[in-house]
Amino acid sequence: MFVIKCPHCFEAREEEEFSYGGEAFVARPTSPETESEESWGDYLFMKRNPKGWHWEMWGHSTGCRKFFVLKRNTANHTTVGAWTLAEARKIYDAEEATA
Amino acid sequence: MSNRISHKNSRVDLNRPLTFTFDGQSYQGFAGDTLASALLANGVKVVARSFKYGRPRGIIGSGAEEPNALVQIDVGARTTPDLKATQVELYDGLVAGRTSGWPSLAFDLKSVGGKFSRFMPAGFYYKTFKWPTKLWPFYEDIIRRAAGYGKSPIEADTETYDHQHHHVDLLVVGGGATGLLAALLAGRSGLKVLLVDDQSELGGYLLSMPNILIGGVSASTWSANIINELQSLPNVSTLSRTTAFALHDMNMIQAVELLQDHLPHAARNNAQRRERLHRIRASKVVLATGAFERPLVFGNNDLPGIMTASALTTYLNRYGVACGKNAVIMTSNDLVYQGAVDLAEAGITVTIVDTREQINPEWAAKTNQLGIKVYVGYGISEAVGSGAVQGVQLVKLGSLKNVVTAKGPYVPCDVLASSGGLSPTVHLFCHDGGRPQWDDARLAFVVSANGRAKDGIFCVGAITGVFALQEGLAKTHDTIAELLTGLGKTINASGLVLETDEIAVTPARRIFNVPDGKDGYGAKAFVDFQNDVAVTDIHLAVRENYRSIEHIKRYTALGFGTDQGKLSNVNGFAIAAEALGKTIPEVGTTTYRPAYTPVSFGALAGAHVGDSFEPRRYTAVQTTHERYGAEFEPVGQWMRPWYFPKPGEDIHAAVNRECLATRNSVGMLDASTLGKIDIRGKDVREFLNRIYANAWSQLAVGKCRYGLMLDEAGMVMDDGVTACISDTHFLMTTTSGGAARVMTWLEKWHQTEWPELEVYMTSVTDHWTTAALVGPKSREVLAKLCTDIDLSKEAFKFMDWRDGKVAGVPARVFRISFSGELAYEVNVDASYGDYIWNELMKAGKEFDITPYGTETMHVLRAEKGFIIVGQDTDGSVTPFDLDMAWAVGMKKPYSFLGKRSLARSDTSRTDRKQLVGLLPEDPNVVLKEGAQLINSSDITPPVAMLGHVTSSYHSAFLGRSIAMGFVIDGIKRRDEEGNNIVYAWAEGKAVKVKIVSYVFVDAEGARHNA
Ligand SMILES: [Zn+2]
Repeated sequence: MFVIKCPHCFEAREEEEFSYGGEAFVARPTSPETESEESWGDYLFMKRNPKGWHWEMWGHSTGCRKFFVLKRNTANHTTVGAWTLAEARKIYDAEEATA
Repeated sequence: MSNRISHKNSRVDLNRPLTFTFDGQSYQGFAGDTLASALLANGVKVVARSFKYGRPRGIIGSGAEEPNALVQIDVGARTTPDLKATQVELYDGLVAGRTSGWPSLAFDLKSVGGKFSRFMPAGFYYKTFKWPTKLWPFYEDIIRRAAGYGKSPIEADTETYDHQHHHVDLLVVGGGATGLLAALLAGRSGLKVLLVDDQSELGGYLLSMPNILIGGVSASTWSANIINELQSLPNVSTLSRTTAFALHDMNMIQAVELLQDHLPHAARNNAQRRERLHRIRASKVVLATGAFERPLVFGNNDLPGIMTASALTTYLNRYGVACGKNAVIMTSNDLVYQGAVDLAEAGITVTIVDTREQINPEWAAKTNQLGIKVYVGYGISEAVGSGAVQGVQLVKLGSLKNVVTAKGPYVPCDVLASSGGLSPTVHLFCHDGGRPQWDDARLAFVVSANGRAKDGIFCVGAITGVFALQEGLAKTHDTIAELLTGLGKTINASGLVLETDEIAVTPARRIFNVPDGKDGYGAKAFVDFQNDVAVTDIHLAVRENYRSIEHIKRYTALGFGTDQGKLSNVNGFAIAAEALGKTIPEVGTTTYRPAYTPVSFGALAGAHVGDSFEPRRYTAVQTTHERYGAEFEPVGQWMRPWYFPKPGEDIHAAVNRECLATRNSVGMLDASTLGKIDIRGKDVREFLNRIYANAWSQLAVGKCRYGLMLDEAGMVMDDGVTACISDTHFLMTTTSGGAARVMTWLEKWHQTEWPELEVYMTSVTDHWTTAALVGPKSREVLAKLCTDIDLSKEAFKFMDWRDGKVAGVPARVFRISFSGELAYEVNVDASYGDYIWNELMKAGKEFDITPYGTETMHVLRAEKGFIIVGQDTDGSVTPFDLDMAWAVGMKKPYSFLGKRSLARSDTSRTDRKQLVGLLPEDPNVVLKEGAQLINSSDITPPVAMLGHVTSSYHSAFLGRSIAMGFVIDGIKRRDEEGNNIVYAWAEGKAVKVKIVSYVFVDAEGARHNA
């Protein structure tokens, strides 16, 4: 029961207005037909599922209906922020680069 | 016999007597009483029988910690089980019943068992009743009846409940001394403050200690002054009778307020709520939840007349009840002395048994002055009495170790109280992940020094292990000052003097379980009264190699029950630690979970009951359907006509008639609930190509196409017909139940993977009413009302749509069919929906037009072999499993959703379960949906499961039963004579079935093309 500030509406709203959209930045392979069984299986089924910080997608389902990215700690539900997909991508890439 | 005394600061109004009954007997109490204080005033000692042994039990506590006095309040629809008598406010005419004691409180059958209690150790039920399994329901019934606990109401609840949401700067939980001070200091700074407290009046333990001086005035005056000022501040609200029972992420607190149950029936207002659930989102939270006193553990410590020392003091000072004339108080600390002095001053003979070697010299002087006898360095090994405590056996304790060094005197008494120290109420603090820490000096699990679990939670008072009032108030001031500084505000404490006249506290003795020197063969010493867990049970669990406290808890039932171990947990942890040879912090605590105290289902549900449980959606034709006598069934949120029985018809007769009328003449179905998504933009075709398995590039304006939607794993997730309105405008239909999910699915792909596609999606489900006119006479009916569309077979083909007017109303007509019949779906603006339905009914009268519902729709589509997504599919079915390769455009340039997965080694196997038709050998047998399909009628295990029946009906048109289902390699087996027999196994019977094509009617399509 946490609060999310939608980066499109600029409003902090109750979690129940939103719906979870899975791990963020799981890109669909550009050429699925050339993917191996293993790599396509990874894309479909293998998610990070960490205990701790997690980049995830949420939809503002009873609000603006936009998808955005939330960085949430799965162990205690604290959040660092919510960004549009494009904004989040930059922060995420920078973080991955230093990881 | 009355124990009521007139006491100067008592909160009970002796001028307002009240009558109530308990267990069938009538008694008198007074306004301000709880049921517990009134029972004690009337000398009622036995209020319950214990869970396992049936031992008589009395009132132990004075609030939420009470383990014994569980009562059933009120009768009929209002009856509430398992309330704690210590929390039930007395009102005139209150009817209370016992919840335990079978057959009666005076005689409990289990007490016979109690004499053999050595044979009912921890895990007794697990060990004794687990075999044979099939007798468990029988054992359970007997055990439950004997064990007690109250009865749920069997009548429908006639009262109402609601929810209220709050957004505040600061929530203060607890209206005792530190909570009141915190609320005042924050309120003076202008913050929006809410204070909640579970009692009928604010003050907390100050109500039990009214004579302490704070800032030179009595505690009762001090708190009255603060409450007055709080009430004068417009930015501060207080809620009494409101228990904060859960703390969730980001400072979301749930609290339940009891609004009416304290009032006599005549004063209750049925138009008002009985309880209200408050959902409070607070920027900051102050937990001033206080502490419970934990009793010491000793032999026969469950005899009626034994209570906590704070309860004894509370009954005296707050309620004017002397629980006895001759009191013994055993203690490990200084906390009991003020209460002992109050008792002595009220004329009660008091003896103190102090387990410590040395006692506080100031208290020694005071007690001496009042003639209170103090046994120093003694403990009580055993209480003595039959049905109630009559005396105590003392033992001399070792100075360093908790062992018996000598036998002590016997002291008679009629009430016995004990204090082993305080256990802070850390429950809420722990709900969102906070962990209390063991403080070896204070002998308690406390919230650590800085009083913070996470940002935004501040703890003050006894919860932090600060048990002295003056220190607690000073630290509250400092904590609120820090909180306000963080918000850029300054504290204003003008006029508040926080010095008290308390006597400084000296150290306590570390003792939980008083030794009796008898090596475990003495009288039973209970740790958890509600679950009858004795010291020996914890020792047994440890001997049987339980190591984790969570396991010991579950094996012994320590801390279960409606009190959730508020009195017993810390004693249990300490006793387990000693038996395990570990320290208390090494053993730790069990997990504190919501709810802190029981919450009614009514409060949790609030207004979401009955018709308001979930929104219901009705089509525009609802009133007409009702006029035609429809029975309805829920489909998602929709209420859809199920069938239209004529007088005397059951569902089978009605459905048979509806099916035949439709196949032979004309029927009509309200298909308005189908999901409709309007999609526009220059890239619509490409978007549909990616979303659907089918190809959309060639679909011409004026045409429709059936589409299969797959998830990325290649499994069918939805289906429906999509029409090309123009090159940049398509209208998609979805299943009735899947509309919202599909909309989200489309938006997600568009926003995340294909933002470059220009498409705009709008849900238009409710905009249209769809009347499906079905059957060989449908063209003739439509022709009567529609003259501007050429309805001829050549001009308006199957899978075409046309715009025109029907009965004078603009309409979009689709020539599509979910039955295999010639059919037209007439779509009009929903505001004309009821009109158009009635016009079509009038026009069809000469053909005996028959309205039909979802049941007939299901039969008709199964006769034609059409699937229903969600009934014939379950998320593990590919288009190929459905024999629908024709709906998959494998040559499309973009790799549509699910395509790659169709080539995965598992999905592309040829021996997967495949959709087939099934004909029972006996045409009168309708298979059970869900029946397993197996290879022979021999059901001796192991039996290979080949698949199952997904749809099964009686077909009136074919005069026999039909079914659809999945069979491994079914499509191949269908065509192999001799290999096409399976058996459908359900409810102990195996029925012989032939695998056939799933199209039972008009395989060549002559009817829908007519
Ligand atoms: Zn939004």
